[in-house]
Amino acid sequence: MVSQIHAAYLDLILTRYQHNPNHLLQILREAQEYFGYIHADALSYLGQQLSLPRADIAGVVGFYSFLSDQPLGEYRVLFSDNITDRMLGSVDLMTQFCAQLWVEAGKVSEDGLLSVATTSCTGLCDQGPAMLVNNIAINRLTPERITAIAELIRERMPVSAWPASFFAIEDNIQRKDILLNGEFQSGSALAALLQRGADATLQEIHASKLRGRGGAGFATGKKWEFCRDAVGDAHYVVCNADEGEPGTFKDRVLLNRYADQVFEGMTLCARVIGAKQGFLYLRGEYRYLLAHLQAVLQQRRSQNLLGHRILGQADFDFDIEIHLGAGAYVCGEESALIESLEGKRGTPRNRPPFPVTNGYLNQPTVVNNVETFAAASLIAVKGGEWYASIGTTVSSGTKILSVSGDCARPGLYEYPFGVTVAQVLADCGAQETQAVQVSGASGICLAPAEFNRQIAFEDIPTAGALMVFDQSRDMFEVARNFVHFFAHESCGFCTPCRVGTSLLANMMDKLALGHGSPYDFAEIEKLNTLLQSTSHCGLGHAACNPVLDTIAKFRPAYQKRLIHHEFVPAFDLDFALTQARQMTGRDDSGAHFEST
Amino acid sequence: MNQDKLDTFTLDGQTIPFSAGQTIIQAAIAAGVYIPHLCFHPEFKPHGSCKLCTVKVNGRQTASCTALALANLVVENNTAELNNERLTLLQMLFVEGNHFCPSCEKSGDCQLQATAYELKMMSPHFDHFFPDRPVDATHPEYLLDFNRCILCSLCVRASRDADGKAVFALSGRGIKSHLIVNAESGNLVDTDFSSTDKAAHICPVGVILKKRVGFAVPIGQRRFDAQPISATPHPIAKGDA
Repeated sequence: MVSQIHAAYLDLILTRYQHNPNHLLQILREAQEYFGYIHADALSYLGQQLSLPRADIAGVVGFYSFLSDQPLGEYRVLFSDNITDRMLGSVDLMTQFCAQLWVEAGKVSEDGLLSVATTSCTGLCDQGPAMLVNNIAINRLTPERITAIAELIRERMPVSAWPASFFAIEDNIQRKDILLNGEFQSGSALAALLQRGADATLQEIHASKLRGRGGAGFATGKKWEFCRDAVGDAHYVVCNADEGEPGTFKDRVLLNRYADQVFEGMTLCARVIGAKQGFLYLRGEYRYLLAHLQAVLQQRRSQNLLGHRILGQADFDFDIEIHLGAGAYVCGEESALIESLEGKRGTPRNRPPFPVTNGYLNQPTVVNNVETFAAASLIAVKGGEWYASIGTTVSSGTKILSVSGDCARPGLYEYPFGVTVAQVLADCGAQETQAVQVSGASGICLAPAEFNRQIAFEDIPTAGALMVFDQSRDMFEVARNFVHFFAHESCGFCTPCRVGTSLLANMMDKLALGHGSPYDFAEIEKLNTLLQSTSHCGLGHAACNPVLDTIAKFRPAYQKRLIHHEFVPAFDLDFALTQARQMTGRDDSGAHFEST
Repeated sequence: MNQDKLDTFTLDGQTIPFSAGQTIIQAAIAAGVYIPHLCFHPEFKPHGSCKLCTVKVNGRQTASCTALALANLVVENNTAELNNERLTLLQMLFVEGNHFCPSCEKSGDCQLQATAYELKMMSPHFDHFFPDRPVDATHPEYLLDFNRCILCSLCVRASRDADGKAVFALSGRGIKSHLIVNAESGNLVDTDFSSTDKAAHICPVGVILKKRVGFAVPIGQRRFDAQPISATPHPIAKGDA
């Protein structure tokens, strides 16, 4: 029986996850890590063992970029395809890599040795271009490093034996303030909590005026209070570490260096809302952080800061499980994240109801950003009033910015809220800046006239991405990269986003290929309006932002693409014959259509 | 307070009564008002994916199948702006799949086609995607023509919620989303699908078709040939049941 091969490793994984269907995504992720892909027999076996319809499991596999039901290479190479990677030469590096190994991008090599493809931003924009090899991140790709990697793969060297320097991910902290200065002592926030009591701690969170750091800025104290007051069989704490917004990487550093503080913030929240179970939802791209994070959790358990009877309190039980994502940007949306935590396709739910009342397993759930939990720990120690005194009146505290692109010193910059974009640009050594994209692909694109605007909820709210583009950059290509990102990441649930983002990507490609006319311009604007008004979730609403902003502020970049006065079809008859010409080895005039 | 007195909202100026828990489209249908829709079906839990039923509530667009009716809401439905948006959504659905109405057995009985007539769609407008979606003719009694799938998931919901099975599921993501069936072979014949399933009779378009009864009712004498879809407010697909 073929399925015995799969039963052998799947049984071990299933046992570890207690045959719990809510852990389906974790089970699939581990199965794929072990076997290389999800075999048809494995799907059937998991269906039997988990009492789930096989088709539902196949649907989950089909949803996540990092899962595959088809054989992939022994080495699975994914080039990060954010605009910042491209600006650092990722396209040429991928071409070089494919040529060196005789493989076509998007395919598996004939000998099954490797597969090469692109993936959405891997969160290494400050040290790109980057790639993932068998889910592990490699930074600072150069032609030399690519040649070395190609050689290692040809020699079939296991990834674990590759030079450690390839995997040396840097923190690149450039400016520290209250959060990053590292004064936090493990356990100090919980000690303050026990001294003050849960209700008084919530009052401190209220007093701090802390707002969600994922970008939406909902008052953290209110969220915790709503959740605490919601009736349910159990309450849950979820830390959203699915930072998929292109250009964002602050959570990577927070989890690498300040994980203790983040977990302590989650534990505080658990005490306030009465939760016994927490989850860290870690994006699949940060798989390399898993062992470190597990070690931090284990240490906290051994210090009695996590687990049973925390700090000797009879009624204080709380533990944290780490769930990994598998390549789906939309899971950063909190209701999609919860679906994913439950082992399903990451489709955003209809809201209301919101997670605070109907979250994980339909129970009251707090979902907060990594940075929010880290800030909560600090507030518990130093008090809400102290925290509220920093920043602006509406936006208290500090914000960590992930700065990348055309600047001398990319990395993390922590500022009190209210800092101007111009200040950040000066600090990071940006010169001749043409534009700044704040908050990633879904954010806003600023022209120089707006650089005096502030990073704050009352002006430019952001989860922290700040990508810098100098005068040499083509803002049309920036927008085109983002539009393709949204088309790739659309979950496909609602018509406008599923079809609209792909139509938009095709139209941008049409302009890029020189078939643009004012007609296409009008079409792009019409699509954008529809996406904004009818999409199911924020992804669809935001998918038009990069285009609308760049059209409004960098119109010449588009104008030069509208080379025709009248409508020109996207279909190019002569171009369509390319393949036939290749196959017949012809390139004479008889093998071309005359251009009109 | 009179418990029997229903709250009301206005829909294009018309007063619509509703009971607690009803969504806007449910109340509208009960009052005999047509709101274009495809993925909504009165017998199943609203899904909210096709977005055809988008209305404007207090000035903001929202899917009327999932938005709860609330007292004194001011809802716009049959306006040029909304119908234009719906028309574009329909055109998106037409170019996403492969829809050849003249040769389709469901022509005249198809909600997608009837809604397109209703909204006066004259062309698909966008460039076609021409996806490659092979037909599944393995089942002795039924045929699956995935070319026409609009991903409304009614068959998924019907199989799960009404039939207690799981014959259908959605896979893929984004523009690559597609319908699959619950069998290792990927073929309908290897599932527990049955002609008596609710799921066999729920498809609003022409994906799930009974074999050997094609064109039994001549084109011209079918459901939406007789009257526009707006005159049949909740077209419950009876099919061949």
